[in-house]
Amino acid sequence: MKAPSSRRVVQIGPFHPLLEEPVGFALAVEGETVVDVDARMDYIHKGIEILAQQRTYDMLPILLERICGICSVTHSVCFCNAAEDLLGIDIPPRANYIRTIIGELERVHSHLLWVGLAGHFIGYNTVFMWAWKYREPVCDVFEMLTGHRQNSALPMVGGVRRDIPEKYFPEAQKTLDMVEGKVKMLTDAVLDDPVLKARLKGVGVLTPQEVMDWGVVGPTARASGVDTDVRRDEPYAAYGELDWDVCLTENGDVFDKAVVRLLELQESIKILRQCFDNMPKGDLNLGMLHMPRGEGIGRYEAPRGEDIHYLRSNGTNMPERLKVRAPSYTNVASFKASCLGEKISDVTITLAACDPCYSCTERTAVVRGTDDQPERTFGDLVRLSQAETRRVADEMGRPHDLQLT
Amino acid sequence: MAPIAEWLFLFLIFPGLLFTVVVGLTLCWVDRKVTALVQWRAGPPPGQPFWDVLKLMGKEVIVPAQAWAGGFLSLPFVGLAAAVLAGTFVWIATTGMAPTPGGDLIVVIYLLAIPTLAVILGGAASGNPLGAVGSSRDMKLMLSYELPFVIALLVAVFQKHEIDGEMVAAGTLSLSGLMEFQGDVGSILFRPSGAIAFLVALLCAHAKLGFVPFDLAEAECEIGEGALLEYSGPLLGLFKLTQAVLLATLPVLLVTVFWGGLDPTPLGVLAFIGKIVLILVLFVLIKNTNPRVRIDQAMRFFWGPLTALALLALVLAQLGL
Repeated sequence: MKAPSSRRVVQIGPFHPLLEEPVGFALAVEGETVVDVDARMDYIHKGIEILAQQRTYDMLPILLERICGICSVTHSVCFCNAAEDLLGIDIPPRANYIRTIIGELERVHSHLLWVGLAGHFIGYNTVFMWAWKYREPVCDVFEMLTGHRQNSALPMVGGVRRDIPEKYFPEAQKTLDMVEGKVKMLTDAVLDDPVLKARLKGVGVLTPQEVMDWGVVGPTARASGVDTDVRRDEPYAAYGELDWDVCLTENGDVFDKAVVRLLELQESIKILRQCFDNMPKGDLNLGMLHMPRGEGIGRYEAPRGEDIHYLRSNGTNMPERLKVRAPSYTNVASFKASCLGEKISDVTITLAACDPCYSCTERTAVVRGTDDQPERTFGDLVRLSQAETRRVADEMGRPHDLQLT
Repeated sequence: MAPIAEWLFLFLIFPGLLFTVVVGLTLCWVDRKVTALVQWRAGPPPGQPFWDVLKLMGKEVIVPAQAWAGGFLSLPFVGLAAAVLAGTFVWIATTGMAPTPGGDLIVVIYLLAIPTLAVILGGAASGNPLGAVGSSRDMKLMLSYELPFVIALLVAVFQKHEIDGEMVAAGTLSLSGLMEFQGDVGSILFRPSGAIAFLVALLCAHAKLGFVPFDLAEAECEIGEGALLEYSGPLLGLFKLTQAVLLATLPVLLVTVFWGGLDPTPLGVLAFIGKIVLILVLFVLIKNTNPRVRIDQAMRFFWGPLTALALLALVLAQLGL
């Protein structure tokens, strides 16, 4: 047996080429084998939940879009699902279709983004560049339909805020045809590549039991053959009326996680086509709604898995509490199951394989108290920050801009 | 010219440091440009690799507190000197400036190993755990590719040809000798044994240059540049120069040993440049159509199929094929 002293800690993060956002992973390694993994996810706390308690229901979808840089529609529609659950209402069919369209467009560009990043992480930069090249027209369609590449500001409680112009549908269809061809090409290339198989098969395996134990959601769970998809299990928007399949693979390794996303891309394009063809006419929203006392839960199948918003209203125009559980939150925990016993080179791609989004996941900042540094309250931090602002202003010989109380 | 001045000229100006660095950085630009074209990007302008190195040279030297400063500071120079010396030998032989002494093939093989050793030791001297992982990977990788590389080069030495009804091998370990012999009997590359050996040597040179799929010693997404992690500024610049010199040396070595070297006529020079660029493009294509392999896979690849192929080529060479 090896002595414990042969253990070293390899830090991945908080800033690392593997990560597009700051997060700290500490890998305990013996040689190149990872024997333990610890994650620290409190580097970019944005305080969205406390901000949510200070915004009206009409403003909230726009704030919540900014939880994540990629799944922006996810969080705003998920919140609307929660609010509509509280109200017990159905929204106009056209609004449902519009929500489906922007949701699936988001899934397409999010999965393409992941395919590219995954390629980059295993040193396959050609895949990185190509996937992102084909992601670009999808963002263009998003902009064409909603006016923005990411944050559409469309969803509102009781429907959607604006219409999407039907005159652009043919153009959007054409782009989708192109993207579908390229996605098929990428899928075939991945399925046929012997080096990719050698590199990714049997790496970072999650068994169905582990998926259940760790509460893994989304494509990461479906890659292990766990048949779960909120869009089918508890249909929201227009998913109940459309013809589509849940994609499943069996092995639960990184290779299958890639395959399941590539297959989902094709399914998403299929959904989009049906939406463009069967777009119903009618109202966009139910107007401004009064929010009574009560609580509601919204579920949404984000590109990364099941997103949950819990909303409690006290009858005012602002929520009493909004709790966000992003999919990465549970998926990241499963690294304890998928990474142990793997080599460092396999762990890095396994960390990336659940398509983690730390911007969504971070909700709490815990300042860890050490002996020489006492724990600080929020008020302490505000005072420190104000003192620093004053000091900098004095140094620069400028007036104190802040009206300090 | 006094011999010492002559040697210094050969080592520092032509075909040594200055020449190989310029050629190497130019080839580096070709590499980056072709890579960019494969990836639908515009790519850098021709001067970019030069500006990159120049910028690094103007920066501060930082020695990490936990590093062994002597080794950390000196190893980049050792690596560059060895690479330039290897480049000088190879280019002198190729251009036919002077007949090279017997055995310089062995010297070049040794010299080409030193830059990698410098990176390994430099990574270890930096005292960074990721640097240590990178060093250990680089060492394993080196152990894997050196064996098939040497066997493949020996194929050119033992390749038997029929001259006047007699089976004759080059039988010399001098690069000029090998080139001269190919001048008589034609390029070794166009024989079955030569083609196999060339392929093996090409892949080993690919690994020596640390290109994807064998860039696992740097692997910035896993261990953040590995052994080079703590290097910055001029010291990193020296490693980049070493890399450039290797890029200007290894393809030329392959062309000299397997592909008839340089014919000193205008057409011959053009053909020579074509051969170098072709080898480089092969490197770039391999690099851009493969993901990075794991270290155990790389070792299995080099010690398994590639060593077997190299030995097969050696047997075929003995049979005169």
